[in-house]
Amino acid sequence: MADVTLMKTPAETALVQAFESAKTALPGNGESRAQAFEQFNARGLPHRRVEEFKYTDLRALLREVAPFAAAPSADEAKAALAGAKALAGVEALQVPFVNGHFMREAVDFHALPENLEIVPLAEALANGHEWLSRLSPVPWANDNPVYQLNTSFMADGVMIRVAGPVETPVHLRFVTAASSAIATATRVLVVVEEGASVTLLETHESTDGANHQPNDVVEMIAGDRTNVQHVRVNAEGDKALALSTLAAKIGGEAVFNSINVTAGAATSRHQVFALLNGENTHLRVNGATMLKGSQHGDSTLVVEHGAPHCESRELFKTVIDNEATGVFQGKIIVPHHAQKTDGRMMSAALLLEEGGSMNNKPELEIFADDVQCAHGATCGQLDEDLLFYLMARGLPKKEAESLLVQAFLGEALEFVENDAAREALVGTVESWLKARS
Amino acid sequence: MPAVQETIDQVRLIDVDQYKYGFETEVEMEKSPKGLSEDVIRFISAKKGEPEWMLQWRLDAYKRWLTMKEPDWARVSYDKIDYNDIYYYAAPKKNPAPKSLDEVDPEILKTYEKLGIPLREQEILAGVEPERRVAVDAVFDSVSVATTFKEELAKAGVIFMPISEAIREYPDLVRQYLGSVVPVTDNFFATLNSAVFTDGSFVYIPPGVRCPMELSTYFRINEKNTGQFERTLIIADKGSYVSYLEGCTAPKRDENQLHAAVVELIALDDAEIKYSTVQNWYPGDAEGRGGIYNFVTKRGDCRGRNSVITWTQVETGSAITWKYPSCILRGDNSRGEFYSIAVSNGMQQVDSGTKMIHLGKNTTSRIISKGIAAGRSENTYRGLVSAHRKATGARNFTNCDSLLIGNQCGAHTVPYIESKNATAVFEHEATTSKISEDQMFYCQQRGLSEEEATALIVNGFVKDVLQQLPMEFAVEAQKLISISLEGSVG
Repeated sequence: MADVTLMKTPAETALVQAFESAKTALPGNGESRAQAFEQFNARGLPHRRVEEFKYTDLRALLREVAPFAAAPSADEAKAALAGAKALAGVEALQVPFVNGHFMREAVDFHALPENLEIVPLAEALANGHEWLSRLSPVPWANDNPVYQLNTSFMADGVMIRVAGPVETPVHLRFVTAASSAIATATRVLVVVEEGASVTLLETHESTDGANHQPNDVVEMIAGDRTNVQHVRVNAEGDKALALSTLAAKIGGEAVFNSINVTAGAATSRHQVFALLNGENTHLRVNGATMLKGSQHGDSTLVVEHGAPHCESRELFKTVIDNEATGVFQGKIIVPHHAQKTDGRMMSAALLLEEGGSMNNKPELEIFADDVQCAHGATCGQLDEDLLFYLMARGLPKKEAESLLVQAFLGEALEFVENDAAREALVGTVESWLKARS
Repeated sequence: MPAVQETIDQVRLIDVDQYKYGFETEVEMEKSPKGLSEDVIRFISAKKGEPEWMLQWRLDAYKRWLTMKEPDWARVSYDKIDYNDIYYYAAPKKNPAPKSLDEVDPEILKTYEKLGIPLREQEILAGVEPERRVAVDAVFDSVSVATTFKEELAKAGVIFMPISEAIREYPDLVRQYLGSVVPVTDNFFATLNSAVFTDGSFVYIPPGVRCPMELSTYFRINEKNTGQFERTLIIADKGSYVSYLEGCTAPKRDENQLHAAVVELIALDDAEIKYSTVQNWYPGDAEGRGGIYNFVTKRGDCRGRNSVITWTQVETGSAITWKYPSCILRGDNSRGEFYSIAVSNGMQQVDSGTKMIHLGKNTTSRIISKGIAAGRSENTYRGLVSAHRKATGARNFTNCDSLLIGNQCGAHTVPYIESKNATAVFEHEATTSKISEDQMFYCQQRGLSEEEATALIVNGFVKDVLQQLPMEFAVEAQKLISISLEGSVG
């Protein structure tokens, strides 16, 4: 086709206006925002002709841009947090956000666990905090339009520094409570210093019925010999368009486990950009996605083995009911010097009913000759033999299906080290299945 | 695991500086004016004595092509091609349409002799294995210079002739099928081909006929500054079977030459087509100078129930390969297969793979792809497997392995797996090794070292893939058989 310049969509025009009117009010030095927005605006919303968004056409999906929400009143915030349920049973230090704003009153800064420091981002941006220079640890994430939008609009968040072992999990709880659609852009930076360890829980909830548009970025810099356990739950409302990014730069001899469980949002896209920056590091990125109705769930993953002798394991499980659409795009990059890399990526999808679809794109990009990399992708329905086996033993069909789906997703959940969090995730799967039958 | 020494040696044997077919034949050629225009298309059409509809078809394609943009999504990079700096037609001046072999320029005959392609029927008959006969259509630049065994094939009802001849002799058949698998507007290179294609083979196998011998076309680019635009159309009518082979070579030159072919296969009910390629175009020198740009659109349509199309390819040549032999599995129970070994050396760039598009019920497909990258080459597997809403019971199995030799090259895998049907079962894997421990144990217990055992087992597997190529046609392929894929990465 000849060169065509795409017309700006109303949403793109609205984004330009939103940025123009918001840029002076947003905290901090506007330069990096302006630069990010310029980069975004040069290409506009990504569409199906943009390879990374081939299966999630944001140009078509994002029709109207919701307004960014003002900070809630104390009462509103209290009510919103009282209704929050995700991973509620897990004992953790609560770091709550309502409508994209950090609820600093809810955190007792004087009684933080040992080795933990928390700095509110809006304030840090306004004052030019020294940690700000550590934002954007994965350079190539800057090319991503979703990430660029977050950089342009990020209004609040926190920066966390973990200086040593932290026993109590830190729970980043994001709640959006508004009856009409609002947009949020939060940024969290977690710096885990050499030898430190932390468990990070991250949950996202919003009210049903409104087209909320959260765009969240969590960035982590994990130093050498660190241990990071990250559990993320998407329990957004049924109309939400949820975009999220995890960008992590991980040092040597570290252990980094991250799982994302998606059960909510009309459209969701979770992007993981991981850069292994030191030798002998073990990375695990898992995903468990449950889709029904006409939901669209996208898991996109890029892992760069930036150092030799690293191991990465990626396991993504997707269950698709009704007419939902699942997407998995994974890419492992092994540059020349990353010899002895051991990378394994697997995506498995279950289609429970006629009408659903799954798009898998597991990619490998390899330049080193002494490595082991493998990827696999499967897609199909529940094994009839297994179903028959269970039904022959008296289980009704739905129950048998539920059992098999639980086992299927369970494979991705079993690596969650925190027992209470794992139990809660299993509970999430169970209630999703219950709602189905 | 790094590559084993044996593999390294084998790949070295077919390295770019070992290219054996780089000689040039001095033949006086007649060429079209340089560049591309409606006049050049009219010139080609007139040279071929084509009917008016064919000319119109070409001109429509040309108009469309002018509005198209060269695709840039493949993982290859090259300087922009100046499409007006190419001769689109070049034919031997002396008797461009020889009636018999005696009329063919002896220089050209010598060329084929040197390449080891038998053009004389009696020679073939006097061969060691008379039962292994191969009918050859020899295409030299833009024209077919000889087609063997035509009469004998005609007795069986098989039509095997240059496509330019078929357009004149069987216009209805050609018109019915040409462009029905790869539409004129399919992609940049296919549209270009539709406008300027010069020769290629036409095959029609009537209902219920098993083609009595292998059919093959040997493509040779000889002239400087020319592009070759072959067009092949194979129709297997109900219940028929044909095995078709294609080979290609070109002289060593510093310039890049364009080869933009279109191959269309049509298999009706219960028909089977096996299409094999040994692609050995000049790959350029060690510094990446010269070599063929091989931008090819190959697609098979399993139009009928229970039809089968198999693509087998051994790719060792070309500076740049951009090629995705595909199967449209339209008929219920139809089957598509793709077996590929792609070896890249020097500065070669390969972006190749397949598409299996499941439309009909209970359609099955299988993809086995082995990529070996050495030198400073880039080797990419790019494949699509898709099941549409109505493709109930579709099944696919994909296995693509790649192997790197040295750390200056790259091997990439870009699979797309799209399922819109819950009953479709797709499995894709790209694992280090599929060798079972039992087999290894069996061999090692009998005294083979681990490496020998691996080589043996893998060779057995690769041989399986290559079995479908007649060996006399594929010297290069034989060498590849002994390549061990131990140490392959996904």
